[in-house]
Amino acid sequence: MSDNNDTNAVPALEARRVSATLGMTEVLHDIDLKLSRARWTSIVGPNGAGKSTLLKALAGLLAHRGEVRLLGEAQGRVPARIRAQRLSWLGQSGTGEASADDLMVYDVAMLGRLPHQRWLAAPSAADREAVERALRSTQAWDWRDRPLGQLSGGERQRVLLGRALAVEAEVLLMDEPLANLDPPHQADWMQTARGLVAQGRTVVSVLHELPMALAADEMVVMDKGRVVHHGGCDDPVTHAALEQVFDHRIRVHRVAEQWIALPL
Amino acid sequence: MHTAHLRRVVLLGAALLVLGAALLVFGLGIGSTGFESLLAARHDPVALQIVWDIRLPRTLGAWLAGALLGLGGAVAQGLFRNPLADPYLLGSASGASLGVAVALMLFGGSVASTQWVMRIGLTGAAFIGAVLAVLLTLTLARGVQQTLRLLLAGVIVGVVLGAAKDLITIASADILQAIQGFILGSTGLVGWSACAVMAGACAICLLSAWALAPVLDGLALGEATARSLGLPLGAMRAALVVVLALATGAAVAQTGLIAFVGLAAPHLVRSVVKTTHARLILLSALMGGLLLMAADLLARWLIAPQELPVGVLTAVLGGSYLLWLMHRRSARSGVA
Repeated sequence: MSDNNDTNAVPALEARRVSATLGMTEVLHDIDLKLSRARWTSIVGPNGAGKSTLLKALAGLLAHRGEVRLLGEAQGRVPARIRAQRLSWLGQSGTGEASADDLMVYDVAMLGRLPHQRWLAAPSAADREAVERALRSTQAWDWRDRPLGQLSGGERQRVLLGRALAVEAEVLLMDEPLANLDPPHQADWMQTARGLVAQGRTVVSVLHELPMALAADEMVVMDKGRVVHHGGCDDPVTHAALEQVFDHRIRVHRVAEQWIALPL
Repeated sequence: MHTAHLRRVVLLGAALLVLGAALLVFGLGIGSTGFESLLAARHDPVALQIVWDIRLPRTLGAWLAGALLGLGGAVAQGLFRNPLADPYLLGSASGASLGVAVALMLFGGSVASTQWVMRIGLTGAAFIGAVLAVLLTLTLARGVQQTLRLLLAGVIVGVVLGAAKDLITIASADILQAIQGFILGSTGLVGWSACAVMAGACAICLLSAWALAPVLDGLALGEATARSLGLPLGAMRAALVVVLALATGAAVAQTGLIAFVGLAAPHLVRSVVKTTHARLILLSALMGGLLLMAADLLARWLIAPQELPVGVLTAVLGGSYLLWLMHRRSARSGVA
């Protein structure tokens, strides 16, 4: 770790022969994956490919076989609190956060600062600044005094996104962050992701919106619990893999300097 | 930032305290000898004794039991991420009363006893019963995810444990009388020692719940998110179950089964101000105290000079409130 290049050589996240079972069925089979630092990687694949499960395993939230290394250290050996400072995870909306309806937007975002706060300590000025930055970057700051339950689906998603950003972690894992967002806010989210990467942070997102996913630096294509392909988003081989997992029902085109995927 | 919100929280807390103090004065004046006792207390030793040894501990006891139940309700709703959770509906109150009945059967004595050993022993027995009942409910419900399943399991545990308690009381006739008033839920037997036990439990529960409140906030975002924030969920959940059981046990051992205060208090607080669990728990305790004290006054006054068991009154009022809540929830979400 003597110079910057060395640090960047250690992947942000590395999966070594990771397998996971949900109930009785194995949903991830022997996944080997290296996600480099300061890159935005999108994970795509058909429904049931194991994308969310992989993201959870990478975040250390799911029992699995094999090893996950976070910034070069074995995930299991990092204390939970330190891990929470380094890695922020945003789950799919609508999975379990319904009981947060009675929390204020500001308090929800402040939960992102828990890993940085001493137990029962009042939020520091740095915490408050981080929360304001995060909520402003998702345009949710104006609702800070409203309960989460009074917001629409898209507004809610922007608050939850703000919560994940407020951690200001080195690695951000987001599961379908664009769900319920309208096109302008999807574009905002992309800028946010780009901004984070420019600061040297690592962003990993499960995305169903293929044009958005193709705007990332790298793409992990999954199918049936395996990583089928991992490569640059501009690489024709990646496009071919993408078309392959969707049964050639889509085709990747270059339109207005962007990659888009159109149904056939 | 956030000052308007904080002001609402403080205002509500202050209002609940002031109303509580006002009702306490009323409580001192209500009884078979009426308000005159309060006025005569300064020169008449009998009147003084009535006010000081009967009315004051009883009124204060109603507040403390209500505070414990309100706190327990707020903890239960946060812990089980279920807005309809409450010490009574989760079966923990029935477990606590079974604990009391078992203790009485084994060691004799009376629920009305003012001896310290007795009060603390009964509270301990109620606490153990409450812990076991919550664990039983959780096992039956296989977790906390499904509202209906959890409530159904709680109701079943409540009925079964209640029946076990009935069997015990029938089998040992000497405690039948002692436990009678207690089954319906009554503050009539609360003396100073009971007050002290509840005050102690209330202090412990408030402090621990306050310390554990960030876990409840984190859990509100879902279990996975809470864990991603580095919260040690296992240990803290266990600690919260202990807090819930201690609050329920301490209240039930002194006043018997009093339903719905734990359910209603957090809802009423949330209808005024939405806030984090640390504040919600404190305000719910204040609200619960106020509710039960008010219900106790009503119970003493409605058919005076006789009195209603306060548990009957809270069951009628609280049950209607629960029905209304469920109706409103289903109307809002389109499903029951």
